[in-house]
Amino acid sequence: MAKRNKRIYFDYAATTPVDSRVIKAMLPYFNKKFGNTMSIHSFGQEAKVALEKSRETIAKTIKAKTEEIFFTSSATESNNFALKGIAFANKNKGNHIIISQIEHPCIEETSRWLERQGFEVTRVSVDKYGLVNPKEIREAIKKETILVSVIHASNEIGTIQPIAEIGKICKEKKVYFHTDCAQTFGKIPIDVNKLNIDLLTASSHKMYGPKGVALLFIRQGVKIEPLLHGGGQERGLRSSTVNVPLIIGFAKACEICQKEMEKEIKRLEGLRNKIINNVLKIEGVYLNGHPTKRLPNNINFWFSFIEGESLAIQLDLKGIAVSTGSACSSFKLEPSPVLLAIGLKPQQAHGSLRISLGRQTTEKEVNYFLKALPQIIKKLRDISVFK
Amino acid sequence: MEEIYNKKVIKLFKNPHNYGRIKNPDGVGRVGNIVCGDVMQLYIKVGKNKKGEEILKDIKFETFGCVAAIVTSSIITDLAKGKTIKKALEITKENVIDSLGGLPKVKYHCSVLSVDALVEAIYNYLSKNKKEIPEELQKRHKRIERERKEIDKRYKNF
Repeated sequence: MAKRNKRIYFDYAATTPVDSRVIKAMLPYFNKKFGNTMSIHSFGQEAKVALEKSRETIAKTIKAKTEEIFFTSSATESNNFALKGIAFANKNKGNHIIISQIEHPCIEETSRWLERQGFEVTRVSVDKYGLVNPKEIREAIKKETILVSVIHASNEIGTIQPIAEIGKICKEKKVYFHTDCAQTFGKIPIDVNKLNIDLLTASSHKMYGPKGVALLFIRQGVKIEPLLHGGGQERGLRSSTVNVPLIIGFAKACEICQKEMEKEIKRLEGLRNKIINNVLKIEGVYLNGHPTKRLPNNINFWFSFIEGESLAIQLDLKGIAVSTGSACSSFKLEPSPVLLAIGLKPQQAHGSLRISLGRQTTEKEVNYFLKALPQIIKKLRDISVFK
Repeated sequence: MEEIYNKKVIKLFKNPHNYGRIKNPDGVGRVGNIVCGDVMQLYIKVGKNKKGEEILKDIKFETFGCVAAIVTSSIITDLAKGKTIKKALEITKENVIDSLGGLPKVKYHCSVLSVDALVEAIYNYLSKNKKEIPEELQKRHKRIERERKEIDKRYKNF
């Protein structure tokens, strides 16, 4: 086996390393072109020009208009902005919002908060693969419905939702459609017009850009209230001094992802399938999520008779970084709601493991993992009460 | 802010002591945590020391659970091995946590689980052999058994 001095990162769904080309693009904007985009002098104006150029670069990758991109600080902020902003701007029309059972906590928790403010939230269920049935969305829409929000692809199990169909239904029913694309933006093709998306969340640090910058696409004409009031940046919808260096990095990261997307999808799918096919040969291993409608870089299993945190730490001791949906790894000591939503029992969710691949993943790393995993499984099963 | 688990815990997790089953054990203690879902089983073999007192001659564990559940199982076997039954019943969750050089607060319940497993194994031995069971031990047993029944129901069809 390879020596442990080289660590293997299989947690790209959590965050990604910043691409060196992105770092290079950002650097001048920290201390040379550092102006405030609201200033009228040349320092301010060069920052402003760079900002708008970045906005244009990013808008093009999803076929949006430049002025439809609004920069924020995180996907969490974008999702809060989308839900609360739409809710409060459209409360005269209605108070009903539809989400799915497998949203990221920032959608789920924002929805709970809105419920406490008097809004009504419907959570549509998913099947055993984690797929939302668009028919269920259609049936859930009523005259008070103002927004449907469905995650493009699950951050945990990688299932890609039929958002084109959901978008079509929303357009037909004249309800705004928001989708959280934190895991898909820059990874798989997105066209906001073909998919009938009204609002879209994306985050830079999931696609080899810096942390601390994200965006909300808001289709022209959508009625929305800002979360932050102040100096009126981002056309009055997101006051705060604009974080130019990070936005430059975000745009560069988008550019690279767009250029390399087609090739990268094929490469990652190959590695993903190799892991899935080989690990499923081990006894008592099951794949979570959809066999084909899934992110090119996502793998999620559950292993019978062992617990996910133990498994993740054993792998970490071998230099392999992964993630788990086990109750033991959550500060609430509850299993992942996404895994429960697809019908897993708590003890099954207890043994879940997420492996997410990325730009620096190599075949050699995959082979090392495939060699290390069965030994760890065996050891933990030897220790386990259940056999 | 430090890392979730200290070095001592990780070292022990890498190579836990006394895991596995004892053939024909004198006592078995099975416990489950209804919050997180961990399950622990402890096996004991009882012998006598020079003074003729009953001691835990051998002890092993099997655990379905997280790092904390596995290391607390391992450490309780170290703490209890060779002790008289009376002394073994005096082991507390604080003894377990201290012996590990500390645990994250959210994992304290795992140390309780290991102490409970030991209590149950001893109870099982005493009751099987129709020996006198101290009132305190009976009380502890009743509480633990309630939780175990709950968890066994949950895991019936693993």
